[in-house]
Amino acid sequence: MRGATHARWTAVAVAVTLAATGCGGGGNGGGGGDGSGIVSSSWGDPQNPLEPANTNEVQGGKVLDMIFRGLKRYNPKTGAAEDALAEKIETDDSVNYRITVKDGWTFSNGEKVTAKSFVDAWNYGAHLDNNQKNAYFFGYIDGYDEVHPEEGDATARTLSGLKVTGERTFTVKLNQKFSTWPETLGYAAFAPLPTAFFEDHDSWLAKPVGNGPYQVDNYAKGSQMSLRTWNDYPGDDKAQNGGVDLKVYTDNNTAYTDLTAGNLDLVDDIPANQIKNAQSDLGDRYLNTPAGIIQTLSFPFYDKEWNTPDGAKLRTGISRAINREQITKTIFQNTRTPATDWTSPVLGEDGGYKAGLCGDACEYDPAEAKRLVEEGGGIPGGTMRLGYNADTGSHKEWVDAVCNSINNALGQDRACVGDPTGTFADFRNKIGERKMPGPFRAGWQMDYPLIQNFLQPLYYTDASSNDGEWSNEKFDKLVDDANAESDTAKAVEKFQQAEEVLRDEMGAIPLWYQNGSAGYSDRISNVELNPFSVPVYNEIKVG
Amino acid sequence: MGRYVIRRLLQMIPVFIGATLLIFLMVNVMGDPVAGLCGDRQCDPATAQRLRTDLGLDKPVWQQYLTYMGNVFTGDFGTAFNGQKVTELMGSAFPVTIRLTIVAIVLEIVIGITLGVVTGLRRGRPVDTGVLILTLVVISVPTFVTGLLVQLLLGVKWGWIKPAVSSEATFGELFVPGLVLASVSLAYVTRLTRTSIAENRRADYVRTAIAKGLPRRRVITRHLLRNSLIPVVTFIGTDIGALMGGAIVTERIFNIHGVGFQLYQGILRQNTQTVVGFVTVLVLVFLVANLIVDLLYAVLDPRIRYA
Amino acid sequence: MPDPQQPGLPDDKSAISAAGAGAATDMAMSEGISLEGQDPQGGGPDTKPRSLWSDAWRDLRRNPVFLISSLIILFLVVISIWPSLIASGNPLSCDLAKSQQGSQPGHPFGFNQQGCDVYTRTVYGARTSVAVGVLATLGVAVLGSVLGGLAGFFGGVWDAILSRVTDMFFAIPVVLGGLVLLSVVTSTTIWPVIGFMVLLGWPQISRIARGSVITAKQNDYVQAARALGASNTRMLLRHITPNAVAPVIVVATIALGTYIALEATLSFLGVGLRPPTVSWGIDISDASANVRNAPHMLLWPAGALAITVLAFIMLGDAVRDALDPKLR
Repeated sequence: MRGATHARWTAVAVAVTLAATGCGGGGNGGGGGDGSGIVSSSWGDPQNPLEPANTNEVQGGKVLDMIFRGLKRYNPKTGAAEDALAEKIETDDSVNYRITVKDGWTFSNGEKVTAKSFVDAWNYGAHLDNNQKNAYFFGYIDGYDEVHPEEGDATARTLSGLKVTGERTFTVKLNQKFSTWPETLGYAAFAPLPTAFFEDHDSWLAKPVGNGPYQVDNYAKGSQMSLRTWNDYPGDDKAQNGGVDLKVYTDNNTAYTDLTAGNLDLVDDIPANQIKNAQSDLGDRYLNTPAGIIQTLSFPFYDKEWNTPDGAKLRTGISRAINREQITKTIFQNTRTPATDWTSPVLGEDGGYKAGLCGDACEYDPAEAKRLVEEGGGIPGGTMRLGYNADTGSHKEWVDAVCNSINNALGQDRACVGDPTGTFADFRNKIGERKMPGPFRAGWQMDYPLIQNFLQPLYYTDASSNDGEWSNEKFDKLVDDANAESDTAKAVEKFQQAEEVLRDEMGAIPLWYQNGSAGYSDRISNVELNPFSVPVYNEIKVG
Repeated sequence: MGRYVIRRLLQMIPVFIGATLLIFLMVNVMGDPVAGLCGDRQCDPATAQRLRTDLGLDKPVWQQYLTYMGNVFTGDFGTAFNGQKVTELMGSAFPVTIRLTIVAIVLEIVIGITLGVVTGLRRGRPVDTGVLILTLVVISVPTFVTGLLVQLLLGVKWGWIKPAVSSEATFGELFVPGLVLASVSLAYVTRLTRTSIAENRRADYVRTAIAKGLPRRRVITRHLLRNSLIPVVTFIGTDIGALMGGAIVTERIFNIHGVGFQLYQGILRQNTQTVVGFVTVLVLVFLVANLIVDLLYAVLDPRIRYA
Repeated sequence: MPDPQQPGLPDDKSAISAAGAGAATDMAMSEGISLEGQDPQGGGPDTKPRSLWSDAWRDLRRNPVFLISSLIILFLVVISIWPSLIASGNPLSCDLAKSQQGSQPGHPFGFNQQGCDVYTRTVYGARTSVAVGVLATLGVAVLGSVLGGLAGFFGGVWDAILSRVTDMFFAIPVVLGGLVLLSVVTSTTIWPVIGFMVLLGWPQISRIARGSVITAKQNDYVQAARALGASNTRMLLRHITPNAVAPVIVVATIALGTYIALEATLSFLGVGLRPPTVSWGIDISDASANVRNAPHMLLWPAGALAITVLAFIMLGDAVRDALDPKLR
């Protein structure tokens, strides 16, 4: 049911609807192993228009990863930032950077990718008037406050820290020392944009043009996007297949069913309650790969009851009352791994992941948990309400399981109860307005594979995503020191020291690392998920 | 009759305004949609403020409503968060849902009324008990489960249908989803028909008809059924709107990009433009359906007259 | 029009019915009989005049369907009040290690996803679910049939206003209504949920009742009663209600089941009953996600729901039969 033959095939299928078997997975859409076969993959409608600096969720991210290449690219296996379009990025002081773009790159419409393509794109992404939700990525660049002030209108059109110095060279001045800044450049927000994007924005949005291995062939909003291999792609990660059809499904459960019926090649988000079946339905065509996502419980430190001198004991006690091992196994079928630090295994040991950093504080021990909670003054009010949103991600199951685990450890039957909020927006509202009555779920998907990204935005005093308002001077100082450190290994060490402060105070309870899960048909092979849990489409082989 | 219809059409205006205002206020009460747009983090305050201004959320509610209604009358239903025009969304969602609703209603009428007549004429017989048990199953097992099971058995195990409906969503593809969607209503229609039939089969006009020696078939269809249909027609009339807007579960399971799905997404993302736009059209559907039902009363029971 | 207090002819309506009297006579007679007929068994000097309702009650007491369904409902009520009579466990005590395990000694229904005992939860869930189902149905039926009945009976402006208000309520999608109206409530009782169901549920019954009343109003005996100068109240209560109530009962008894299930949908949306409340709806919703792996988790709460609905459908049927003069 895919590709150009889509409509015709459906018509045939209709004529025989109730009698015919499904059309099966294979056959149409081109030949076998010659690299021209089309992959059909499940998709969700992107929440925002597909502008690089405006896309902050996986579904839009999938497309951007296919049609754009930036200065850096994260290695799909290791997550390391490697040069893509960057010929070199040089600095002497971790503030001023000189960037040279590789020669020979063009957009799929033939336009050359130049230094200006990047600078214009970044200026667009940063400017307040363009409503780009990831504008804050440009916040380290000098002049950001003028184009994107906290209040009032922008006073400048462009970032003063960006200067085009030649066709392929430009300079970037940051507003603070940031030694690992170049490694953030693999994020989609930093992608170059063709002039068509600025000149005819609406038609660009209707059919985006980029410089990646695929080009958009056809985009029917809300139902399907057909991407085809761009044959003149200059990079060395050329697509191994003829193209990808992304099909919008109303529900990932349905997508999974369609996969098992042979109508779909790839589902990259298997619902938790199907994982058990996936192992038997798919065998080795089921993937369960670590992704840069960690789930934690945050506390409302703005609430006096949760911010007592003995609070650390109470929080550690709660942490020790959670049987992570059992919950990840039973509820998540091992698609989550019990967390033992506040980062993610995808960082690797050199990148700052340190298994066991949390130590005893994350070990399940009901007796010790009970003692600690009592010493910490007991659960405020006798019952804690564990906040989550009910509309996405089926959080109810694990929240109930966590609560049961805590209740069993403390020997009370309502020490912890789930506290659902109807919509994600409302949930975020309550968090933003600091109205959470108890601990609440927090999930963090990394923007780029740096330990800094797992700590600073979440736990630094008044940081953008420090929703619980945890604050600790020692932690802040260590993070500052780490950022100023030009030696990566030493910086990582400092970050880990900061993480130990976080552990001793139990500023947030780490629950588990989330894996990406995917299943695929026997038509395709060489399927992998990158550390952002997005399939590496260009490497998939058909037939 | 003609005057009655005109009066009813005029009455639609206040209902239309009232209902849209009601929905508009309700979506507004849900709070600030911008908070949900930036994933698991706060939007930066400047961008959030900007978005609010662009969406008109910084103005008082009454002003938002007036602006919105003004736009609606010029055919502009606004834009969804992903940049798609709401009219475009409606253009793709409504035809699909209308087809799905037609399938469901036809199944309700054909299966429901047939079963109702059969059980009404044979009260207490095995067939009556059998249908009752089916009814109970349908009511107590959630549509979600019936849908999944049907999808799994027919779609995967036996391969009779495609488990997911394609974007064309033709009548053929919508047969099974329509059946699932209609299942609970089927229970209502069956039991309503059964009761009416059982009640009316002892009525004098039925006995007269039998006494006159009319064939049984004719008595049932012409006399008994026609007079028993009013509650059934009323129910089906109210059901049309519910089926169109409330097929959330069925549409999700069978991958139907229809009104229920779009409305649900709009509500969860608190997108006033989508929600009010879709509900506005649904309100019109309700109003027309109810008018038709009322006119059908007069057709079914000639004693009922509208001035 | 005979005065209701005045003793009428002790007679048997069904006899008249069977005699195939003309509609108008049938009406006038059954009118007199159903309202004023004396209880033949009563016979004492203090015999009160028998109403249609007491007639119905006499019929009901002899109807096995009514007795069986009443027994089931009585049983449900008893375990709702004293669940510990038949279940010794604690519905909130759950051990994840036992997740999805099947039947075993002491735990006949096995365990659910969270490792809670399904039997105990099913028994304890009765209280909430039966209360939600019955109270919501009662509320919806009373509000809906009163408003719908009035609209149908009086017609004209009354009908226009009431029907258009009904239309407006119809327009509110359940999901939106639930998220808006219930998300502001933090109460853990069942009342907000019941209130919500009544608020969004009455239009359906109202429509049905209106349609039935419009039909019943056309019947010759009603026209005759009107001609004889019967008051509106009297006509509504004595003549129209018994003839229009059947569809309402049918819809209400089925709706009872759907309300219990709707409670699950609301919980699924995160705005329904909150833990630690135990209910069939919540358990059905939780079990649905895992039905492919552990169908037994769904079977028991759904089975309990089915039996409850069955009891009420049977009860509704019996009551309807008892109220229907033509079936005598």
